[in-house]
Amino acid sequence: MSHQNEWPLWEVFIRGQHGMSHRHVGSLHAADAEHAIRNARDVYTRRNEGVSIWVVEAEKITASSPSDKGPLFDPSRDKVYRHPTFYDIPDEVGKM
Amino acid sequence: MYAQMVKSTGKGVQSRNEMSPEDRAFQDRIDRGEKIEPKDYMPPSYRKTLIRQIGQHAHSEIVGQLPEGNWITRAPTLERKANLLAKVQDEAGHGLYLYCAAETLGVSRDELVEMLHSERMKYSSIFNYPTLTWADMGAVGWLVDGAAIMNQVPLQRTSYGPYARAMVRICKEESFHQRQGYHIMIRMAKEGTDDQKRMAQDALNRFWYPALMMFGPSDKDSVHSAQSMAWRIKINTNDELRQKFVDETVPQAEFLGLSIPDENLRWNEETGHYDFSEPDWSEFFDVISGNGPCNAERLSARRKAWEDGAWVRDAMLAHARKAQNKSKAAE
Repeated sequence: MSHQNEWPLWEVFIRGQHGMSHRHVGSLHAADAEHAIRNARDVYTRRNEGVSIWVVEAEKITASSPSDKGPLFDPSRDKVYRHPTFYDIPDEVGKM
Repeated sequence: MYAQMVKSTGKGVQSRNEMSPEDRAFQDRIDRGEKIEPKDYMPPSYRKTLIRQIGQHAHSEIVGQLPEGNWITRAPTLERKANLLAKVQDEAGHGLYLYCAAETLGVSRDELVEMLHSERMKYSSIFNYPTLTWADMGAVGWLVDGAAIMNQVPLQRTSYGPYARAMVRICKEESFHQRQGYHIMIRMAKEGTDDQKRMAQDALNRFWYPALMMFGPSDKDSVHSAQSMAWRIKINTNDELRQKFVDETVPQAEFLGLSIPDENLRWNEETGHYDFSEPDWSEFFDVISGNGPCNAERLSARRKAWEDGAWVRDAMLAHARKAQNKSKAAE
């Protein structure tokens, strides 16, 4: 079966009410970007969930692959000195 | 359950010795409670079973709009009409979340729709029963959405990430569906005229057993459950959920002053559960294989909507492509 006539897939990102960053909420099909925004409003904000919508064509997204998980993320694992709790500060100094 | 008879391998659970090293690592991830994401390794049979299950679930949401859509124009008040419209619109949204989850497994939307229309994929048997009176809108919300919630809440913890996330959204929205249905029942059965009370009882009589069937065949006849449970794409057995549904629903019926159409229904002090009659399973297998009262009507309504909408889909795509070419030419 051919899918040439299928509307492309868009990923939808919504900014909620509370000044947070846009967050991925799901995806949908639409003919173009404007149509995707309209559909996103109907599909993902029926209960006043958002104040702003981003849509991105799914095929334009580049994602890291699961097999890269080790090389990408392992190096940051053993760097405990990047966290504030690594450094002991005497109590006399007070809050820091 | 919205996905009542999902075939998996049909061979029972694969033992660890039979698994390839990859499959064993995959099963270990599931056993540790990790979520499987679209690009992760998964056994082909896991992928295939999930496409069936999520597809069936999505189709049920979409076809499920029809019995209620039937009453939008005849709702008794403007408020009820707005409630029902919102509910039916939610069902469309739920179908869309689920189709998208299925598509992350490599099946296209058009393929899914085509499989529904050619009857190669199923949808829940419950939507093949007619909605004859306004009281049926109450019974559907109360019982059908109630049964669906019972099934869907545990699926929020299912092993496949996109499916679990879709279920979280759906569960958040679905509670209103059941409550609006029960609200209709309260108005009719508790506060209504004698005629309205009779209508409410009649709706319960007709929807009780079909609602029990929503959880799928009895565990002893459910050959695919064990593998699906090992994969955590099914969390409870059919009979467990059915019992839970009966236990929760009976007191709600009592509150309404309605009687459950089952003379064997009684509280069992020993088990701490209600004993009840099983539905007529031959009816269930008949309906799920295409011979229920409304199967032909539902499918022809879906096919007609798809065919009648074809020119809109094509025109929008043609317009979008034209606009894109124009802006490219202008660059």
